[in-house]
Amino acid sequence: MALRKRSIGVVAVITAAGLGLAACGQSSGGGGGGDAIELTITQNAIAGGKNAAGANFIANWVIPKFEAAQKAKGKNVKVKFVPSGVDDEQYKTKLSLDLKSGKGADVIDIDGIWAGEFAEAGYLKPLADLVGADADSWDGWSQIPEAVQGLATFNGKKYALPVGTDGRVLYFNKTLFQKAGLPADWQPKSWQEVLDAGTKLKSSGVPVPIQINAGTAMGEATSMQGVLPLLAGAGGEVQKDGKWAGASQPLKDALGLYQKIYGGGLGDPKLQQEAKGRDKSFQQFAEGKIGILMEGDYFWRGVVNPATGVAKMADRDQVVGYAMIPAMEPGKGIRGQDFVSMSGGALRTVNPNSKHPKEAFELATFTLSPEGLKEETKDGNVRITPRTDVNKEILAGEPLLTYISEKVLPLTAYRPPVAVYPQVSVALQEATAAVVGGTAPDQAAADYQKKLEGIVGGPGNIAS
Amino acid sequence: MALATSPPEATEAAAPSRYSSDAAGLGRLRAGVFVAPALLLVAAFLVFPALWVLYLALTNYRLTGAAAAEPQFVGLGNLLDAAANPEFWSSTWLTVEFVLGSAVIGQVGLGFTIAWLLRDRRGPLKRLVEGLVILAWILPGAIVSFLWVALLDRDGGTLNALLGIQGFAWLLDHPMLSIIVFNIWRGTAFSMMLYGAALGNVPPSHLESARLAGASGWQQLRDVVFPHIRGHVLTNLLLISLWTFNDFTPFLLTAGGPDGKSEVLAVHVYKVALQSGELGYGAAVSAIILLINLVVAVFYLRLLRSRK
Repeated sequence: MALRKRSIGVVAVITAAGLGLAACGQSSGGGGGGDAIELTITQNAIAGGKNAAGANFIANWVIPKFEAAQKAKGKNVKVKFVPSGVDDEQYKTKLSLDLKSGKGADVIDIDGIWAGEFAEAGYLKPLADLVGADADSWDGWSQIPEAVQGLATFNGKKYALPVGTDGRVLYFNKTLFQKAGLPADWQPKSWQEVLDAGTKLKSSGVPVPIQINAGTAMGEATSMQGVLPLLAGAGGEVQKDGKWAGASQPLKDALGLYQKIYGGGLGDPKLQQEAKGRDKSFQQFAEGKIGILMEGDYFWRGVVNPATGVAKMADRDQVVGYAMIPAMEPGKGIRGQDFVSMSGGALRTVNPNSKHPKEAFELATFTLSPEGLKEETKDGNVRITPRTDVNKEILAGEPLLTYISEKVLPLTAYRPPVAVYPQVSVALQEATAAVVGGTAPDQAAADYQKKLEGIVGGPGNIAS
Repeated sequence: MALATSPPEATEAAAPSRYSSDAAGLGRLRAGVFVAPALLLVAAFLVFPALWVLYLALTNYRLTGAAAAEPQFVGLGNLLDAAANPEFWSSTWLTVEFVLGSAVIGQVGLGFTIAWLLRDRRGPLKRLVEGLVILAWILPGAIVSFLWVALLDRDGGTLNALLGIQGFAWLLDHPMLSIIVFNIWRGTAFSMMLYGAALGNVPPSHLESARLAGASGWQQLRDVVFPHIRGHVLTNLLLISLWTFNDFTPFLLTAGGPDGKSEVLAVHVYKVALQSGELGYGAAVSAIILLINLVVAVFYLRLLRSRK
């Protein structure tokens, strides 16, 4: 009996200790003791993995330089980087849960398209509310083009700093093209020319002639590097003047192209279903198994980059070609364009839960200073930064990014900056999954419209 | 044959008359004080979350967007949506398949077979087999699922390399079979150990008498062994059914795919609640899962009790 009582006591002590420890764990997320200011910064980037260059930049340049600069001002600031290397959807879930529970890093990176739903949920606040006049007086704004500022704006208020923008192109493997008798300076002018190239690649023995993302496993990558550019190429927009496009002809055309590719043996339908299908498509392109692949400039910078890519190609500059995404037929794209693209961009913002919002904002602007951006983009890590002054300097030696900023960005399009878009995007991904799985495009489009009505609040919000 | 033993329950049946119901002599109040901490913990970490889930299930609460800031009360809307949602029903059916295939048939069958074959053995073979089976059970889920993805992968998978069938997509063409076999492999250890211990309790003299009476192997199993381990079988079934029903590890293998073909209920809830952000709807599905778990538990407990 005595033994039994003692063991109850032990359990009680252990439980109490456990609760105490949990409480400690909670409080350590906030500010530090004494006069030291602790800041944390998080991105979906991790050394040796996803966006490794960005992670290294934060760890090796931003943190020491920022701490030193603050010290010079007499402030004792400690910065910690919280890395992450997962799919964007999982990163978003993690961030939402952090923000919902009143926690999270002080400076966080988000995809531009999440700004609306995060703002509506109260997870993000307008910068001006958090840091006052500093938000608008940042000298960077004057260097950032209107369209890129728009990525960080929701309901007329700025919620974040734009980290950059991007564009989508068709990448192709010049070695495979040569074997198939296709030109190294390939530029298709219609979807039919893409399909024709695919057929030639197939008969020359390329296992996967064309990879255009489809299905739900790839998440937003299916929308941005798949159905949305195709929709734009068929002259459609997912939302126009407040009305959503339902089972419209452009959508049917876009889904029809999917059917021709995946039903006609020009693509690998299984790759679209696999849990890690997108990563695998990168690997297969790098191994010379994929002929044509639709991707953003991230592919060039972060995937086949010979230095820091996740699927390095030592001979990238010689082997990988790129071309603008053609409209269905010349002049059939949105705004009557011959070529189309889609753009998005990441944002960097201050967590409303931060104990030191002013210092956090300073840290965010520090990463986007001309010196910071130049440091981040050196050694072959060039990307399109938000600042025109920096872009002028750094893009000069980079053929693809110059190509995107000069030829692609002028004709690009953006996703509707509304909170409900991500749900619409999932419905679009499901439509492509259905077509790849064998459903007729018309049927998939009709199913999409039905789901859309549920998402956007009834048929009244859908263009007839 | 039944006369050869006295029923083991005979001594237990006499118990109530021999001891008072207040064996510790604490009295109602002090006994209450002793269990209060435990009850408080149960209330805080079990009852309250369960009630909270029931409450959330009645709202349109979302992870992001306007409904995250100000959820609206929608009554039974989420439950009706679930009942009308073919994805929910397909998930439920897949879960039943998963539980029956991997737990009730697979783990119990394989676990019992191994325990039965090894019951009289001693020495390195027994230790090796048991060690391997238990190893599958104690390794962390993230690691074993990575190993299984490497085993079953379509392009570079070990299994395809061994069989010489490059490009056979196990996880895409047979997702349910893959996760069922995986879960049998993963969970057999528990059943094996439980039946191993239970078989040790079957008096050898009974088996001996049965053999002398000319009973075949199957008859010995049915008439001597099974009556002795019936309680163990039911306890085992109860535990592994519930564990398997709520198991999330299939997500690490197939992520519920392709196109929901291996989306068991645990994965379905994760997908709708956290990936699509529909917390209210996810809570409604969770409430249904809670209900199913209760029904399964009550069913087995009844069977257990009917033994006496």
